[in-house]
Amino acid sequence: MANVPAGLLYSKEHEWVKLDGDVATVGITDYAQASLGDIVYVELPRVGAGLTQFGSIGVVESVKAVSDIFTPVGGEVVGINDGLENDPAAVNRDPYGEGWFYKVQLADASQTGELLSPEQYEQLIAEA
Amino acid sequence: MYTPHTAQDIEAMLRVIGVESLDDLVRVPDAVALRAPVEVTPRLSEIEIADRFRRHAERTTAGSYTSFLGAGAYRHYVPPVVGAIAMRGEFLTSYTPYQAEVSQGYLQAIYEWQTYIALLTGLDVANASVYDGATALAEGVIMAVNATGRKGVLVSKAVHPNYRAVLRTYAEGLELDVDELPYGNDGRTDLSNLEAALAEQRYAAVVVQSPNVFGVVDALPEGVAQRIKSTKTVVIGVVAEAMSLAALASPASWGAEICAGEAQSFGNAIAYGGPHVGFIAATTEHLRRIPGRLVGKSVDGAGRTAYVLTLQAREQHIRREKATSNICTNQAHCALCATVYMAAMGKTGLRNCAALNVARTNELREKVTRLDGFAARFGGPTFNEVAIRVPGRARDVLAELEKQQILGGLDLGRFYPELDDCILMTATELTSSADVDRLTAALSEIPVRAAARV
Amino acid sequence: MPLPAFDTPLIFETGQEGRANRYLPEAPALDTLLPKEALRDDLPLPDNSELGVVRHFTRLSQKTFGIDTAFYPLGSCTMKYNPRINDAMANVPALRDVHPFAPDHAAQGALAVMWELERALASLFGMAAFSLNPAAGAHAELAALLIAKAYFKKKGQPERNVVIVPDTAHGTNPASAAMVGFKVLSLKSDAHGRVDPDEMRKVAGPETAVCMMTNPNTLGLFEPRIHDVADVVHEAGGLMYYDGANANALMGNTRPGDMGFDLMHLNLHKTFTIPHGGGGAGAGPVGVAPHLVDFLPTPVVRAYGADGKPSSAGGWRETADLSFALDFDRPDSIGPMRSFWSNFAHMVRALAYCYANGADGLETVSKLAVLNANYIRASIRDVLDIPYDEINRHEFVASAQSLKRESGVRALDLAKALLDRGYHAPTVYFPLIVPECLMIEPTETESKETLDEFIAALREIVATAKSDPEAVLATPVNTAVGRIDETRAARQPDLRWRPATA
Repeated sequence: MANVPAGLLYSKEHEWVKLDGDVATVGITDYAQASLGDIVYVELPRVGAGLTQFGSIGVVESVKAVSDIFTPVGGEVVGINDGLENDPAAVNRDPYGEGWFYKVQLADASQTGELLSPEQYEQLIAEA
Repeated sequence: MYTPHTAQDIEAMLRVIGVESLDDLVRVPDAVALRAPVEVTPRLSEIEIADRFRRHAERTTAGSYTSFLGAGAYRHYVPPVVGAIAMRGEFLTSYTPYQAEVSQGYLQAIYEWQTYIALLTGLDVANASVYDGATALAEGVIMAVNATGRKGVLVSKAVHPNYRAVLRTYAEGLELDVDELPYGNDGRTDLSNLEAALAEQRYAAVVVQSPNVFGVVDALPEGVAQRIKSTKTVVIGVVAEAMSLAALASPASWGAEICAGEAQSFGNAIAYGGPHVGFIAATTEHLRRIPGRLVGKSVDGAGRTAYVLTLQAREQHIRREKATSNICTNQAHCALCATVYMAAMGKTGLRNCAALNVARTNELREKVTRLDGFAARFGGPTFNEVAIRVPGRARDVLAELEKQQILGGLDLGRFYPELDDCILMTATELTSSADVDRLTAALSEIPVRAAARV
Repeated sequence: MPLPAFDTPLIFETGQEGRANRYLPEAPALDTLLPKEALRDDLPLPDNSELGVVRHFTRLSQKTFGIDTAFYPLGSCTMKYNPRINDAMANVPALRDVHPFAPDHAAQGALAVMWELERALASLFGMAAFSLNPAAGAHAELAALLIAKAYFKKKGQPERNVVIVPDTAHGTNPASAAMVGFKVLSLKSDAHGRVDPDEMRKVAGPETAVCMMTNPNTLGLFEPRIHDVADVVHEAGGLMYYDGANANALMGNTRPGDMGFDLMHLNLHKTFTIPHGGGGAGAGPVGVAPHLVDFLPTPVVRAYGADGKPSSAGGWRETADLSFALDFDRPDSIGPMRSFWSNFAHMVRALAYCYANGADGLETVSKLAVLNANYIRASIRDVLDIPYDEINRHEFVASAQSLKRESGVRALDLAKALLDRGYHAPTVYFPLIVPECLMIEPTETESKETLDEFIAALREIVATAKSDPEAVLATPVNTAVGRIDETRAARQPDLRWRPATA
């Protein structure tokens, strides 16, 4: 069973969001990393880029598949996880910790209302 | 027809399938039924096929001329060992090595090709090949566009005109603006307006070729590449004559981050223009944007060295519309020929061959420019071709030479109206002193001087 | 037939400096010929004896599987026998060595080869004209979409920028569309794996530029309503593009032109027996209907009669009385796609193949390709899933979905087990719409005995999968190496050898 930590918000596209004031940290869920298999590369947005909620802003590559990253929140990118460049395996190892993707300064705090609670997300993946 | 079926085979197979006849297998609705019989060729025996091509060959008389043609397709000596290896059926009839366990040999050969190209260009990585030099340039520009997010390209006018034309074809699809840098009186790219152009911050790449289409060594002068990169613009170096890489300073050494080139000169026939073999090499920074196939070294379950196609997630069959390119086929077999050629020639042989090209071209220039009215159009040092200014129109001079069974070179006026009195003449290790003497003798007798330009 | 497992050092790890082959006369030293600043300091390449080179590459060839090695049922790739006469003709010196800038009068035979092939293809596939310029199938797709873009621009309809692609399409289709700035709209196929004209009606409209299809489709199934689909697209103002990857299924039987296609490409390296050569060079002529001829890439070959007048287009004909010229002066053309005119050596090979078959021979080729594919399907349908179990064309799709459920053995494992038994694997996991799929294309050049042996091997593997799945999961063991760590290859890319640094 995939790990769905409490205290985070989730998207239908299998990203997680951790809120810290108006800065959100984004990554992909344990369920997502397990379905993708060995992740070999993560293409992240640039710091300073403006993101629109639910837009496609990068990709995650496994050996023979590519998945879009649909950002669960919109705003300006204020940080990216440089470590993934040399250690993409961190996403498989520790999707909610070392394997985080990027941080966003939220354009609008109300947009988190469109995300799922841990319970809702657990139900979503149970149905998949 | 190369089909092994006997009538009995066909009957037995139809029975297993459960249909009466072959026609039942291929029945189509009336709306799409063949409306007229197709007019293909008659069916011929092998003897007749050989006879047909003998006749086609007889009508292809170019080989009976003494040739000074080059300009992107070069006559070089190919040791028979290249053909002997390349024609081995395993190499000739295998597909793209997706099933790596049964393709280790080809994969290793391509890994060796990638290494040769990386070493020759001085760059970090090279791909498994692309169609040819012109498409390599177009793909290199796409890499730069993706790296910078800019949609302009600044290309030297001394880049091969065919390459620039192909870039314009691609640019129409990608909606890129292609601007040009002029060439100067020394035949090199004129960089005097470069600063102003870069200030606009709208170019993804600056493209120069060395040796350029005039044969002139056109490496960027010291400091220029750095200046270009400081505006976050990518430096692309084009090499249309790979043999030059064995002698000249590598593109990486004068600042190219991406090198797009043509390696036909390494063991591949000219063949009226194809197949040839393009290559793309780049710094590690651009690795993820390199189009086409890449072979990587890994291990199998038992820890043995094993080669495999890698970073496939960049490619069209996985990324589809988000791929770095639509390239599927590469030029693996031509790249294999080039690899065998480079291995057989070796470092010593390649350097010697490159030196012969320079020496023969120097001899050609000296002898031709000794004639009254003939001069080198540009001053800079050249590799294996030289632009010669002739008295009169280049095309008239060439026509006169043809009457004497000489293909004197390329009429530069075909691409540069202002150079319609210039012939691009090429000499390689296959050009003998006697060939050059025939040329100069013919040139000295040509009566075109009277018909000088008005 | 197991492939040898010996380890072969890289060419860079062999040889000794100075052990050079003396193929050429001695040249003066480079630094006496060019200024020092123009020269490179070093060239870290190996020097090997010719015998060393021959042994190295012979060993590599022995670790490579080709059609010449054994049966190669790789779906969508048409791995048929490559007749040796083709190569012999391509190596006739006068044709092999002609320079692309040679004047037309010195290249008449080469131009005749191109013209004859072009006319034969136009007739065989029902197009007004072909350009032999593109270097490969995907390259021809790009050319075709550039033609469509130029056509709509000229018609004053630049807003047409949507390409409709069925979900069974080849990956190159959407990738090519993206390269001309077209958006891709994926169309779901119906329960029978076909495109439904009514579904097409819902998506075709004023933004439709091109609908890209192949017929038979990538499931190997003929699209019986293709004419209706084409009508819908044409009524909406769009163009129909035929992906010729599957042309081996229908020669002399039906023509893309008659189905309503306006544009098409061919993979000469599939249907017309050009050696695949480990993934190229290929050749991808692009063909068009009359209204698109002016947009074809440059140059094209023009023919003239003895009277100097242009020879009117028709099918193939004798060329001894014609003369030829390359035409570069075509203002509506999309321009050139590559450095020179065509992959000419491959045009020689393709024409040799046409000569060897004639029209009736090519028709038989396609029929027997269809026969062989149906024979395998009918012979394995009781051991593997056949999602669309009906008369197919030159290839068909099987699935290991039930087998996977039962035994844990997947399509990939079946593929590896086939390698162990001396066969090349079918294409696996394509098309994407069939889970655990194996796409099998035997081609017409395989005999009934070969097919019977392959069928027996496949049945035996499925039986083993059920009784002893571990034995299948462990394959291949008879190959030069076992399954390869692709994750490591992608995470730590090692794409070249590096000289030891001091």
